Amino acid sequence: MSWLSNALTSSIGRKIIMAVTGLFLCSFLVIHLIGNLQLFKNDGGQAFNVYSHFMGTNPVIRTIEWVLVAGFVFHIYESIMLTRRNKAARGPQGYVVNHNEQNSPWQSRNMGILGTIILIFLLIHLYNFFYRARFGDLDPDINNNDDLYTLVVSSFHQWWYVLLYVLAQIALAYHLIHGFKSAFQTLGLTHRKYTPFITYFGYAFSIIVCAGFAVMPLYFFFIK
Amino acid sequence: MKLESKIPEGPLAEKWDKHKFNVKLVNPANKRKYDVIVVGTGLAGASAAASLAELGYNVKAFSFHDSPRRAHSIAAQGGINAAKNYQNDGDSVYRLFYDTVKGGDYRAREANVYRLAQVSVNIIDQCVAQGVPFAREYGGLLANRSFGGAQVSRTFYARGQTGQQLLLGAYSALSRQIAYGKVKMYTRTEMLDLVIVDGQARGIITRNLITGEIQQHAAHAVVLATGGYGNVFYLSTNAKYSNATAAWRAHKKGALFANPCFTQIHPTCIPVSGDYQSKLTLMSESLRNDGRVWVPRTKEMAERLRTGQVRVADIPEEERDYFLERKYPAFGNLVPRDVASRNAKMMCDEGRGVGTTGLAVFLDFADSIKRNGAAWVDAKYGNLFAMYEKITGENPYEVPMRIYPAVHYTMGGLWVDYNLQTTIPGLYATGECNFSDHGANRLGASALMQGLADGYFVIPYTIGDYLAQTAPKPVTTEHPAFNEAEANVRAQIQKLLSINGTRTPDDFHKALGHIMWEKCGMARSAEGLQQAKAEIQKLRREFWQDLKVVGTGEELNQTLEKAARVADFIELGELMVDDAYHRNESCGGHFREEYQTPEGEALRDDEHFAYVAAWEYQGENSPELLHKEDLVFENVKLTQRSYK
Amino acid sequence: MAGSNPNAKPLNLTLKVWRQKNRNTNGQMVDYQVRDISQEMSFLEMLDVLNEDLLRKGEEPVAFDHDCREGICGSCNLFINGRAHGPEPGTTTCQLHMRKFNDGDTITIEPWRAEAFPVNKDLSVDRSAFDRIIQAGGYVSVNTGGVPDANEIPIPKSIADQAFDAATCIGCGACVAACKNASAMLFVSAKVSQLALLPQGQVERKQRVENMVAQMDKEGFGACTNIGSCAAECPVGISLENIAILNREFLAAKATSNNLA
Repeated sequence: MSWLSNALTSSIGRKIIMAVTGLFLCSFLVIHLIGNLQLFKNDGGQAFNVYSHFMGTNPVIRTIEWVLVAGFVFHIYESIMLTRRNKAARGPQGYVVNHNEQNSPWQSRNMGILGTIILIFLLIHLYNFFYRARFGDLDPDINNNDDLYTLVVSSFHQWWYVLLYVLAQIALAYHLIHGFKSAFQTLGLTHRKYTPFITYFGYAFSIIVCAGFAVMPLYFFFIK
Repeated sequence: MKLESKIPEGPLAEKWDKHKFNVKLVNPANKRKYDVIVVGTGLAGASAAASLAELGYNVKAFSFHDSPRRAHSIAAQGGINAAKNYQNDGDSVYRLFYDTVKGGDYRAREANVYRLAQVSVNIIDQCVAQGVPFAREYGGLLANRSFGGAQVSRTFYARGQTGQQLLLGAYSALSRQIAYGKVKMYTRTEMLDLVIVDGQARGIITRNLITGEIQQHAAHAVVLATGGYGNVFYLSTNAKYSNATAAWRAHKKGALFANPCFTQIHPTCIPVSGDYQSKLTLMSESLRNDGRVWVPRTKEMAERLRTGQVRVADIPEEERDYFLERKYPAFGNLVPRDVASRNAKMMCDEGRGVGTTGLAVFLDFADSIKRNGAAWVDAKYGNLFAMYEKITGENPYEVPMRIYPAVHYTMGGLWVDYNLQTTIPGLYATGECNFSDHGANRLGASALMQGLADGYFVIPYTIGDYLAQTAPKPVTTEHPAFNEAEANVRAQIQKLLSINGTRTPDDFHKALGHIMWEKCGMARSAEGLQQAKAEIQKLRREFWQDLKVVGTGEELNQTLEKAARVADFIELGELMVDDAYHRNESCGGHFREEYQTPEGEALRDDEHFAYVAAWEYQGENSPELLHKEDLVFENVKLTQRSYK
Repeated sequence: MAGSNPNAKPLNLTLKVWRQKNRNTNGQMVDYQVRDISQEMSFLEMLDVLNEDLLRKGEEPVAFDHDCREGICGSCNLFINGRAHGPEPGTTTCQLHMRKFNDGDTITIEPWRAEAFPVNKDLSVDRSAFDRIIQAGGYVSVNTGGVPDANEIPIPKSIADQAFDAATCIGCGACVAACKNASAMLFVSAKVSQLALLPQGQVERKQRVENMVAQMDKEGFGACTNIGSCAAECPVGISLENIAILNREFLAAKATSNNLA
């Protein structure tokens, strides 16, 4: 199978892994967003807690969870490998004057920074909600489900937590604006008929998904 | 020395086939025992190196560029001729042959030109097979366009970048042989001398342009494909690095130099704008398909235009003189290059030139844009229009282009026989480097044709004939001739570095170019040529006393490179002047003011000058010795060229 | 040309130029003044003026690569004011003219920067890595002679045009120079897609892309992250779509070729 490992560790191979895992993570974002929309249901969090109980216990979900972890790990691992390779390719002597802002968008040149911000957010986010839901001892709600909802509400009443969320979502939006269409480019899925659609869809996707996530903490901080 | 052209016997159309049968062959197993050096890897060199390597010879290829893809063949714009007759418009091998001989003003060898026309069809096949993206019709077949000096459409093209695509094709074939190890490629390496052992070319001395290292290379045969010498004029459409050094040093080692005064002045170039000008840019001849050349009808109007009292658009139709259409109704704007250039010069001499300098004529696309739309013009000439705008800051869709003739190509070069062998056994010259196929004027789209014909389809046969008669023993650089040549090269470099005068190589080069352009350019006279000779000799003395070069020979030193080339240009310039002075006639690109028809057309003297003038080097400060190869025309009747 | 703007004022400029003796030494930026530069001059003619001045003063002229000076040979390669080939889109250094600058400007001039493009001297760099990538497969393996008639295989005009658009690459390396990752993908993709589009390129289609990409990686170029600087700076407008085609060709070749390496 050396052909496979050779292919996947080549410059294009690594990009392909980035693209595939990136698109997979996009699909996760959609599921995560749709599920979390339950937070807006005005039932004191019952539906949300039912949903989070299901997500925490269903064997299919629990299996896919590991796929998701792998997706993140590969995405991050490949990004580190690519960044190292690309830094080496650039060489030790940089340009004294470089106006690359005139030839390319900022987010496209700074995916690593955006990704790092997202990763930091992710760790805090996982610790606060995922870890405490899975391994912590949340009080039960009236249906005897773990009351994750209350934890969410209390978290989202802290200003710094809301700020972190909103900033992270902005970073994610920029990350996706580049990443979404870039994935299609990397997979060679371009066509003069469809590529313009993919580009616009990518923009809309990035903004809608990230705005959707960002609205949640704002909603609880300002309205509830 | 008797010049033997070695033209095969028999009817014109059968000569090449017969010759291919008669040449000796090297058995396939023996080919790998022969080493061939190819100097220059443009169209002629890359195609030769690749084809010879494919046959099995061991090839060492040399280029002073950082990559073979940079050779100036890449800048050829318009196209490549081939007698395919895909257009069903009456073309044939014979017609291409006839047009080329006539276009060259009957100063080329019939047999060579006929062979060129014959193999032209194979070139197109070869290039398409390599993946050259020629222009195509909607049905998927190859498209053609017309070029000057022909009344059929036989020019194949790839937008305005035909030379680029053909060179990249040859470069890809060469790259493949480099990958196979059959060609050893030396880039950024310049040939500085030829090594002759027992009267045969056996190697070269080179300098690595990055490290300055001088090397000796031995081989059973040497092919020079080093291009033309148009840069003698300093300002030309040639690339900055294009030079005559390899050919000139071979000449000084005994290879005869033929027809050096036959230089082509291309009619459609962007005019000079100032003293700092470093080169001239060609606007493809193909533009004359759709652009109309004109100047104001009167001197007064031209004057008002130059001083900005009137705008181009305000000049009414009846005040415009479409002089090519008027004087040559049959060919109109598509007369051959020498005719178009001379007429542009005549208009400017009459005071009807345009632009602030008055040294330009208009090339106007207004009619074509009106007739076909700007989009159509853009599809055909977009890159040329963009280039024009970049250089001049003017938009040719709105105001007519201004053009003026400029030195473009040199028909003269190392004398070669039918086998492309010079007068030194084992030394071959191909492409623009030799003199063989274009006579006194080259037709448009024929340079690419000749370069590739020589490289792909002629030299692979004819070099075999020579090698088959050479023992397949390994060659080495042990012979003292190598050390001797190397010592001479080192001495010259040392000399150039040690003069430490005040004038730069460019300064001398510009001075030479000025003399050549004024006195050995578009129009020449006995008086002017005599003056030129004296001025060049003076310049040469000053060069060796007052040259300034800094740095050392053991590093990348572009000034040193330049200085060595300018030294050779000065010597070659003098030979060009001698040749122009001796040729008491006008023909093609060689226009002697004393010899013209009442209408101002070139007046040939076939009785006395239907020969190739081949010059033999006689040592420093001795006049070169003239040898004549009589041109025999058995198939074409010599007439006054008429494009009316 | 004289005539486009005869009244344009000559420029006085400050140049900051990278000077480096050779590959093995360090370099630094050096300031020079040039005066009375005509706006009609090309950028390289302005450097000629500088070099003639330096030479007359007995200083070493600035080494830089150039040749045809008409935008097609791909030799010239200057990083001017932080941009590959300078500020004008679709323009090689040699076709950049001084009318694009203003009197009193300071202009920085640096060589292409990439690990795979070592500096020879001053502004001249070694781009032989590009040649080695072509040698790895950027050709159709046909020997001279014995090929079919040129019109034997019709090629749709749109395909021929698209192949031409890719084939028009001049190999200058601006894509690598401009890319944050020093990736050569645009260069490689131009050749791969030209030959993948044409029927003549089909026979070796898979091995070509596999070998060229392998060589590209071996030369130490970076990986494309779809930033787009390359296409934005490409003087001949090679499109990013070629990189998508390269990716597709690579993926398809790796998935279906018989090559087990």
